[in-house]
Amino acid sequence: MKELFWIFISASLVSNFTLALFLGLCPFLGVSGKVATAVRMGMANIFVLVITSLTVSALNTWVLPHAPYLQLISFIVVIASLVQIVEMAIKKLSPTLFRELGIFLPLITTNCAILGLALFQTNRGYGFMEGLVFALGGGVGLTLALVLMASIRETVELADVPSVARNMGLVLILAGSLSLAFMGFAGLFSS
Amino acid sequence: MSRRTTPQEDFIRGIWKENPVLVQLLGLCPTLAVTGTVDNALTMGIATFFVLLGSSVLVATFKSVIPKEVRISAYILVIATFVTIADNVLHAVVPEIHKSLGPFVPLIVVNCIILGRQEAFASKNTVGRATLDAIGTGFGFIITMMIMGSMRELLGNGTWLGYPLFGAHFEPWVIMVLPPGGFFTLGFILLGIAWWKGRTAVPVRPRRWPHGVTTEVGGSTS
Repeated sequence: MKELFWIFISASLVSNFTLALFLGLCPFLGVSGKVATAVRMGMANIFVLVITSLTVSALNTWVLPHAPYLQLISFIVVIASLVQIVEMAIKKLSPTLFRELGIFLPLITTNCAILGLALFQTNRGYGFMEGLVFALGGGVGLTLALVLMASIRETVELADVPSVARNMGLVLILAGSLSLAFMGFAGLFSS
Repeated sequence: MSRRTTPQEDFIRGIWKENPVLVQLLGLCPTLAVTGTVDNALTMGIATFFVLLGSSVLVATFKSVIPKEVRISAYILVIATFVTIADNVLHAVVPEIHKSLGPFVPLIVVNCIILGRQEAFASKNTVGRATLDAIGTGFGFIITMMIMGSMRELLGNGTWLGYPLFGAHFEPWVIMVLPPGGFFTLGFILLGIAWWKGRTAVPVRPRRWPHGVTTEVGGSTS
């Protein structure tokens, strides 16, 4: 239990997917303009990450020991198809939820964070429960980074910024400062 | 492609005018994640170049066979095959660097630059043009990786490809080789480019009408 707790803390804060491992930068820079959108994007991310983690556990247990060279191809194909199926199911069962998450789901499938989670989970040899907690932690960390970034950008929007900095350059420097702040969480482990 | 382009333009375009990272802001994950040292950055650049070239040639060759409805999945499968080759070759040739790159070699699959070139160019043009385009874009990516890697290793470690350059009195900015340094380096490069473009562009002057003519939109009321 203590082990699982530390996996969660590590994935969400200390080695945050976006700010320390640079996974999932496209949504981080692309849809972090408004807090409301960022929250929904984060929720959709958590959802897909959990599905991915379950899929990868199953593949690692039953398929890949027999055909290790298929790792990359099977991860991509199986995750993409599963997300597609889940999307259709949600559309049928709960239109409200579909409106909340729907647009983002296909976009997220080709996001580095998803494949990154699959590869990290395999490389570190996480089992079923550990993988699930890792996915939840990573998703919470992504959401946290997205929402923080969106709040900062909403504020910056109203500030008097020189015209040179009215592009991605400023956003990246803000992300750097945020990343610097998250490095402080590494202190949790040294004591 | 609405406008006809010459083969030279296909080649040159990816290097500077439509540089995949600095202008189109694609493929940021590897650009920020593995540019802590020059040799990691160079290896990553070459691997991406190989995957881009291989999949562009293959997609351009088979463009009439691939059904339109499943083209994205087909591209991804082609790309994943080449990435598997690159991953195994790196593992055999440079095991040390392969280990330090970790999962970022398999992550080339989801690099938007490669899928973007297949969808936008290779699937609509001849094999020769697609090859030129892939080489140009690949070089553009390698150059960006080298710029990022050189800046971060020089400032963060005082070395270039492992050779110390600044002597014993240099105090390394450790932050540059850590994750925040990646964001800062790319951020300042983009700010520099924006400043350069703003400097050379002709400043916009308010339009002067001939004496005595008044306009409602322009606001000159005399």
